Amino acid sequence: MGDLGTLLNGAVTQSVSPDSLTLGLSSNSPLRMDSGAALAPLTVAYQTYGALNGAKSNAILLCHALTGDQHVANPHPVTGRPGWWETMVGPGKPFDTDRFCVICSNVLGGCMGSTGPASLNPETGEPYGLDFPIVTIADMVRTQALLIDHLGIDTLLCVAGGSMGGMQVLQWAATYPDRVFAALPIATAARHSSQNIAFHEVGRQAIMADPDWRHGRYLVEGTRPGKGLGVARMAAHITYLSESALHRKFGRNLQDRAARTFSFDADFQVESYLRHQGAIFVERFDPNSYLYMTRAMDYFDLAADYGGSLANAFKGSRTRFCVVSFTSDWLFPTSDSRATVRALNAGGASVSFVEIETDRGHDAFLLDVPELIDTTKGFIDAAARARGVD
Amino acid sequence: MAELVAPKSRVLDVGCGDGALLRLLAEERSVDGRGIELSQQGVNDCVAKGLSVIQGDADADLVDYPDDAFDYVILSQTLQATRQPRVVLEHMLRIGRRAIVSVPNFGHWRIRAQVAFLGRMPVTESLSHSWYDTPNIHFCTIADFVALARDVGATIDKSVALDLAGQPLHRIFSPWAWNLLGDQAIFLLHRKR
Repeated sequence: MGDLGTLLNGAVTQSVSPDSLTLGLSSNSPLRMDSGAALAPLTVAYQTYGALNGAKSNAILLCHALTGDQHVANPHPVTGRPGWWETMVGPGKPFDTDRFCVICSNVLGGCMGSTGPASLNPETGEPYGLDFPIVTIADMVRTQALLIDHLGIDTLLCVAGGSMGGMQVLQWAATYPDRVFAALPIATAARHSSQNIAFHEVGRQAIMADPDWRHGRYLVEGTRPGKGLGVARMAAHITYLSESALHRKFGRNLQDRAARTFSFDADFQVESYLRHQGAIFVERFDPNSYLYMTRAMDYFDLAADYGGSLANAFKGSRTRFCVVSFTSDWLFPTSDSRATVRALNAGGASVSFVEIETDRGHDAFLLDVPELIDTTKGFIDAAARARGVD
Repeated sequence: MAELVAPKSRVLDVGCGDGALLRLLAEERSVDGRGIELSQQGVNDCVAKGLSVIQGDADADLVDYPDDAFDYVILSQTLQATRQPRVVLEHMLRIGRRAIVSVPNFGHWRIRAQVAFLGRMPVTESLSHSWYDTPNIHFCTIADFVALARDVGATIDKSVALDLAGQPLHRIFSPWAWNLLGDQAIFLLHRKR
């Protein structure tokens, strides 16, 4: 890993020239976005693991979360850290790359190669910045559908993801019911709650309050709102954990010192931990992209798109669903998943629901949780059997 | 129990355990099945078998199902473990066109004998827990269940009492005798809307 300057350069480079497969879509057919904007040209950066079979029936699409990217099961090109779902993707793992073709793309508005606020605006030759249209979850899914079309895949064996990725799963199932054989939304909800919007707003205000943000033109002006982004990440990170886990890991323990220093240094281990989380995030993520990603989650409300009734979103769907939640996840609590299950039941859909006991909070979907691995493996294997995929 | 279910119907198995009955119904009767199960292990086993099963319990979660969502709702050897058996039964009759309920019979002569002559809460093969750690909190006899069905306005379409070996008590027809000799009974019920 290099120094901060090298890492930042690496991050900026990824947004224009990613270490990834890319699909370029020309200006001939612009993407019509929910905001009313028409976006062209469009780049989708993606990774694939495992091979498509002859019938193209073994494709699994994974959707990444707020600060994730397409590097699910390979080292991150900027930080060198393992892919975000290495526990779940690989030979013999639930998303078995020996049998399935696992695909993951960077969402629209992201900063790891797909078109986003850090991408160059062809009209100005400069990064879009805040000129980039506001992105919705539906826009992200529409973009992914273009990629799936390009790969010649009619119906995906499974669409899976957690948190913001889970929102994309629900959107896929609602928008393209005939193209999703099985859906696995994890630790998510059909709409972002008021409290969650509030937390995101704090994060956005932190970025926008940073004098180096320059109304989103920091790339042009050569600054970087790292402090603001770091604070945003620290606040968000707390929501991804649970109080009992924080207490178990850190308690009130002091960081490398015997007594309080009566200063504003990071006296406590938990402070040091949060500062570290902020710092490592800043080195790989674009601040404007963070604004766009949080906005997309805030705007997500599937029931509102279907006359206020979530059941209508899934009415008549033949997709097999498995909804998963975690006991200590207070960001997307089990009650949210139960609401989704209720709606699916009301529409007569085939749905399984599992609440996994863990104290690791919302982040559990990214961690090595044996019950999650078992449930996923069981669900995917059964779907593959039902579809006649080996 | 499977014999009571018509082929190709939609079935909800409440308290489906590891999904064995749902699996059997799917294989032998082409049933479109769903399940509710309390234990995570049970749900995982079901999901692994490709069954649609929700983690939940009969007392709290039946209210979420719409009316007439299923052709049959099955509750097997579970009614006596629910907190509100009457409410559970009423939901079943709302959710399913027909309900299939099996109950262990607390009126079996062996049980009556243990209480009457030994003065002890009965422990039998089918009711094998001690009184202090049994999940069975609402015991009933076959006659009790028949009375409850009448109280909720349900009609019993079919019933069969089984002996300890799980065989139907074919040559015994008197309800009084069933109440004494039946280890458990299975009922097929419905309620007019």
